[in-house]
Amino acid sequence: MDKKKTYSIWFLMPALVIFVIFYIIPTVSSLYYSLTIWSIDGAEFCGLDNFRMFFSENSLSIGIKNTLIFSVLTCLIKVILGFVIALFLTSGIRTKNLLRSIVFFPNLISTVAVGITFKALLHPTKGLFNRFLDLFGAGGTDWLGNADLALYSVIGVDGWKGLSVAVVIFIAGIISVDKTYYEAAEIDGASWLQRLRYITLPLTRGSRNSIIILSFIGGLRHFELIWSMTGGGPGFATDVLASIIYKQYADGFYGLSTAGNVIMLVLIACLAFPLQAFLRRREVD
Amino acid sequence: MKKRRIVLWIGDIIGCITAFCVFIIPFLFMLVNALKDRKAANKLSISLPEEFMWENFWEVIQTRNFQILTAFKNSALITLASLVVLIFLGSMAGYVIQRRSDRVVKIANICIMIGLMLPPAILPTIKLLQLTHLYKTFASIVIMEAVMELPFTIMLYRGFISTIPNELEEAACIDGCSRWGMFSKIIFPLLKPITATVIILNAVTIFNDFSTPLYFYPGADNATVQLTLYNFIGQFSSSYNLLFADVVLIVLPMLVLFIIFNRRIVSGMVAGSVKG
Repeated sequence: MDKKKTYSIWFLMPALVIFVIFYIIPTVSSLYYSLTIWSIDGAEFCGLDNFRMFFSENSLSIGIKNTLIFSVLTCLIKVILGFVIALFLTSGIRTKNLLRSIVFFPNLISTVAVGITFKALLHPTKGLFNRFLDLFGAGGTDWLGNADLALYSVIGVDGWKGLSVAVVIFIAGIISVDKTYYEAAEIDGASWLQRLRYITLPLTRGSRNSIIILSFIGGLRHFELIWSMTGGGPGFATDVLASIIYKQYADGFYGLSTAGNVIMLVLIACLAFPLQAFLRRREVD
Repeated sequence: MKKRRIVLWIGDIIGCITAFCVFIIPFLFMLVNALKDRKAANKLSISLPEEFMWENFWEVIQTRNFQILTAFKNSALITLASLVVLIFLGSMAGYVIQRRSDRVVKIANICIMIGLMLPPAILPTIKLLQLTHLYKTFASIVIMEAVMELPFTIMLYRGFISTIPNELEEAACIDGCSRWGMFSKIIFPLLKPITATVIILNAVTIFNDFSTPLYFYPGADNATVQLTLYNFIGQFSSSYNLLFADVVLIVLPMLVLFIIFNRRIVSGMVAGSVKG
């Protein structure tokens, strides 16, 4: 059977053509547009001015810092908490199926709805969260209004919403570990902790790596939750690259906005690709 | 053994209580506040409403000249049209990418894997859409949603097609089946399970998508469900009952979907993310 004839390249073409036109071409041309002063009137070449501005102006460079904090912390939350919850939900408890569904559901709700709900729950005086803390005399914190705290509050909410995917992937990983390993270890008298350390942890490396990559990239690109909860505020305290891109676009600074886009692209290319290569290499060992 | 059973019981109880506090309370909070009158809802408490105000939902539906109905219609049409495009293009592309391994296919594969990771360049895309006179048209949002989800869809199809033995195609080839017939009559029907996964996962993503319509489909007539929700934050800032009624209306379709397709969604999610 002639492979070239049977699997005609024409089957691939429609997908490839719209992908190249509407994704690859804009991405490549963004490299040029990020070097221009660009508004409705037209684009004028200005060299690296946009990038210089991005790194020197505080309201813009804070976005790069916040993006990194956001992606690293949400990634850690999802990997660590996700693993603990998955372990719990694969133990012998009776309600595990119910609990799995409950943990999973936030993933299906739109981010904007989650943002609205948690904004109300985190209300400084009336919010349920603070009233709960009041019971221990720890209430009264303005979770979203305090510039030092706001970013971490949003990170917490993103953890709440994104945990489900991590849990589900970890559960799949843990279940697929061959049961005979555990039986052998039990006969040899290995404790629960030893079985966790020497069987479960190494054999779920594949799932862990997927979660790290997924949530890290998701964090670097994140926009919706931050936009619906704080809008980048108070001040610029929770601005991330994606929200700056939107703000500059709304204000008509198209060149600057595109420069933000290119910075995001470079960040992902320089951090996520090597990270993935590194994790993959360790997977093989 | 008895000790282990007690530990598991305690685990059950702690698990349920924690899940209730962390995951259920926010939903109850939405629901009870959606049913209160304005004054009671603005207290943001989780107590049961004294009087069930079902008319809140009606009021939300009427707001801005029934905008939410337009939004539901737009979102449904966008989701449907993008799904058709995705299934059609994704299955064909996944088929060829999996079965062939020459240079063109390798390059296409790299392009698509890059698309899984890198964010789209927003303004150049808008510029391109304007140049092609597609900006703000229904076609443009369908194309953009499809382009965003295409890499993931192709990946799912490619993974599934690798489990189909190609003896089937060899036999069809000997029997004189055409290329198109081979795909449409033999391969595509076999893809049903993965197509179901593709439909559910992409429907959820596209229906819940906020940023793609925000950039590529502006305008009041074009509002999608999530954009309407965002716009209503300002409008209902002093009446939380209406805001939450809106939230409940928009979360509802997903809740129904989840109750029906619980298992399929979860297994699809795993298949999708582990292979990536």
